[in-house]
Amino acid sequence: MKNTAIIIKKQLMDTVKNKTVLIQFVLFPILTLIMENAIKLDGMPELFFTKLFSVMYIGMAPLSAAAAIISEEKEKNTLRVLMMADVSPLEFLFGVGIYVWSACMIGACVMATGFEAKDVPFYLAVMGAGYVVSITAGACIGTAAKSQMAATSLVMPVMVVFSFAPMLSMFNDHIKRVAGFFYTQQLSVLFERMSFDGADAKGVVILAANAAVMFMLFFVTFKRKGLE
Amino acid sequence: MICCSNVYKSYGEKKVLSGIDLDIPDGTIFGLLGPSGAGKTTLIKILTGQIKADGGSVKILGKDVNELSGQDKKHIGITMDNFGVYDRLSCADNLKIFADIYGVPRSCIKEALELVGLGDSMKKPASELSKGMRVRLCLARAFMSSPEILFLDEPTSGLDPQTMRQIHDIIRDKKNSGCTVFLTTHNMEEAYALCDSVSLLNDGVIVENGVPEEICRKYDHQKKIKMHLSTGEDMEIPHDRRAATVLTGLFENGRIETIHSSEPTLETVFLELTGRKLEDA
Repeated sequence: MKNTAIIIKKQLMDTVKNKTVLIQFVLFPILTLIMENAIKLDGMPELFFTKLFSVMYIGMAPLSAAAAIISEEKEKNTLRVLMMADVSPLEFLFGVGIYVWSACMIGACVMATGFEAKDVPFYLAVMGAGYVVSITAGACIGTAAKSQMAATSLVMPVMVVFSFAPMLSMFNDHIKRVAGFFYTQQLSVLFERMSFDGADAKGVVILAANAAVMFMLFFVTFKRKGLE
Repeated sequence: MICCSNVYKSYGEKKVLSGIDLDIPDGTIFGLLGPSGAGKTTLIKILTGQIKADGGSVKILGKDVNELSGQDKKHIGITMDNFGVYDRLSCADNLKIFADIYGVPRSCIKEALELVGLGDSMKKPASELSKGMRVRLCLARAFMSSPEILFLDEPTSGLDPQTMRQIHDIIRDKKNSGCTVFLTTHNMEEAYALCDSVSLLNDGVIVENGVPEEICRKYDHQKKIKMHLSTGEDMEIPHDRRAATVLTGLFENGRIETIHSSEPTLETVFLELTGRKLEDA
């Protein structure tokens, strides 16, 4: 636990200076505030940009940040130094995971400013759950990739599919059918209804299946490759 | 303190280490010499528990290396050639992370940085450090927990002579404070200058070990005295009783400009034993 807290502290020190990761965390919250205040069209659904960008944020920021942090530590051999100082791989991964989740939750709090107070807990709960799945996917890629560049190459297509599929499904029914199998699309549906009561069984099963697949992939990757 | 017996390691079909035996006494500097690919880094990784040997036993601090606790590891400092630093963080912040992990007071950060001559660069980002300074930062990180054992993999590789000398002084200081130092190098001058004992490693086998001076004397087959005379002439005479008469005469006549005995260097001993140069790439 102590080492996990140290990893979180280290990431906090690093984030201020790591523009690549910092941009991931702040881009969508800022964009949401700007778009919600700048564009008001007749017939536009309420909080359209907040809901759209929230799903994109879930599919992008935690995934790419987790993958970037883990792969950079591996590539620069700082991870090995941590391991030699008796930080266990799980302590490290938990530290990175908690840090990315917390940073993204701050972003979610900023994006939640447009909601009515009664909807905020629901919104944050959905965002938090989505981050867990994305962070697991990012950790999986970071663990599998040999370098930061390899991680970026792997993250890009995954990130694009998860974050853009819900938006594209608004315009195309074929895409909507495929996107329905992704957790981000199901989270998008939840945001439309803004209530757990509106969640159908199929959606919950898809969300659970997505999470299960991500966790399984992560554990298989971690078992095969460790953090070497 | 560092003891290994009959250590074997292979990567696939390739045997990297074959039956390595070492017994390094406390408070000494031990040098493992060998050309690139001899198995030095593999051995240091086995001794530090980063990888497991295929066979044999390794004891560090009196315990099997794979049974070392977190507390034990705090008594071991390691710098490997490829160990990184957090580039975006300052020198002090780099050490702060490890001070927290080791549970040492923050005051140790300043002490460790001053010890390696980085006292003025505490707030400098690691990305702005020269190669020599980065090596010193890694050393400071290893020193911070006041380790009983230091493993240094090629600590001066690629450094300029002045930085190299500074690092040698730091290593000697550590030895004088009771630390046992295990270093790998392919620089025979470094080994000769620093080490109390050395082992010569070639293709995963220790071909010779002992005190550097004794090894050189052991392989002094020529036993000659070489001189350069004031007449410009080079002269060699056998290193035996008769040499005294010849030398006395030459000295009395003031004819000797330079005089050397012919014992080999560690480099030539290694060459004789293996047919390879230590600094082969």
